[in-house]
Amino acid sequence: MYRLPLLCLLVVCGAGCSNLKLEPWVSPYERNNLADPIMSFSRDPVAASYMHHVYQAREGARGAEGGSGGGCGCN
Amino acid sequence: MAATDRRSLLALALVGTLFAAAARGAILPEDRADVMYHGYDGGGLEVSGPSVLVRKGFADKLSVWTNYYVDSISSASIDVVTTASPYSEERKETSVGADYLYGKTFMGLSYTNSEESDYTANAMRFGISQDFFGDLTTLGISYARGWDEVRQNTDSTFGEDIDRQSYRVDLSQVITKNMVMSVNYEGITDEGFLNNPYRSVRYLDPSSANGYSYEPEVYPHTKTSSATAVRALYYLSYHASARGEFRYYTDTWGTEAWNAEVGYVHPLPNGVTLDLHYRYYEQTAADFYSDLFPRQGYQNFLARDKELSTFSSHTLGFGVTYQLGTRLVPFFKKAEVSLFADYLMIRYDDFRDVRAAAAPGAEPLYELETTILRAFVSVWY
Repeated sequence: MYRLPLLCLLVVCGAGCSNLKLEPWVSPYERNNLADPIMSFSRDPVAASYMHHVYQAREGARGAEGGSGGGCGCN
Repeated sequence: MAATDRRSLLALALVGTLFAAAARGAILPEDRADVMYHGYDGGGLEVSGPSVLVRKGFADKLSVWTNYYVDSISSASIDVVTTASPYSEERKETSVGADYLYGKTFMGLSYTNSEESDYTANAMRFGISQDFFGDLTTLGISYARGWDEVRQNTDSTFGEDIDRQSYRVDLSQVITKNMVMSVNYEGITDEGFLNNPYRSVRYLDPSSANGYSYEPEVYPHTKTSSATAVRALYYLSYHASARGEFRYYTDTWGTEAWNAEVGYVHPLPNGVTLDLHYRYYEQTAADFYSDLFPRQGYQNFLARDKELSTFSSHTLGFGVTYQLGTRLVPFFKKAEVSLFADYLMIRYDDFRDVRAAAAPGAEPLYELETTILRAFVSVWY
């Protein structure tokens, strides 16, 4: 019973993708907000590192901690 | 070693945490120095000390950093008071690293050494990341190798090794002009002496006056874990930001865990920035964990480390940062003072407080409440 909707979805996607030209959708001049210091996953590395230390000492889980990143991606 | 028996992981984690290359994007981190005092107080364990992190760039191509960190530990935790004696010790950790930018490619190399009386941990990490798709996407990979030496203060002949490897992939994506997301994966493998040489497990013993006795814990010599996290950061139109995180974890010891975190940052016009955050975490116990084994030598692997038990925790934290005026700090571009305080509460589902007088296995479940402080000064130059 799901074959027809799935087929329709594939046809629509296929037709769409054939004309799709994927380009960066946020221009450099639109990245002011992303460049703000508050837009960082970890504004203060020394403090974030310490919290990872605390959690790793108390928990079984480890890895994939945040620590860097965010920002505008501007070069 | 009993108080922070997962310190062996810390060197490996630190080279990842302070390591900027993996997810940062093709810009060098700012020249910055932080001097922090940290304090942890809860469950009979007090840990405090300084942490100094300094980063300096050269010619917009190279940025080097170093971190010196000290834990001064005074422990009378439930593990210590029930099977050993309160103790004090110190752990010193030193890290150095360098990040190099070449076009849109970012490379980083770092090394960490941690020393204490009965444990030495070393770790190196190398990573590379690349910006593409109009700098909206950053893909980074990194590899870390750790090698530790486990000793025992009560037995000078004891000495064991641990080898660790970490593989990490970080993908960061600008979603809109107000939103960025990241997906992070890290697989870690350990091989060697993974348990704590001081810790014991509890088993029923009718011949004992209190109904139970202790024997040394026994862990497998290998462990492999994988963790995947999704994070999002959103800029709010009135100049504030909201963030969220979800992480899922599994390992070959049978532990399954997840945590979710939300946070909010709100700058005020007078140079004060407020930070409010909440984190929830829960995990299932390792396959070979038990608070009370039925008899001595019940199975080949034995653990009663409460960090391998079933539990959940809540962390509620608040931070305030004040940006100092340039007249106060004429030699620097910017300076801030910050104070962050977190309250952590853990409820254990199958780890009992044996200090209470009760029949074996009927003691109340253990709970832990802790306050965690970070006070630091940051300068940019």
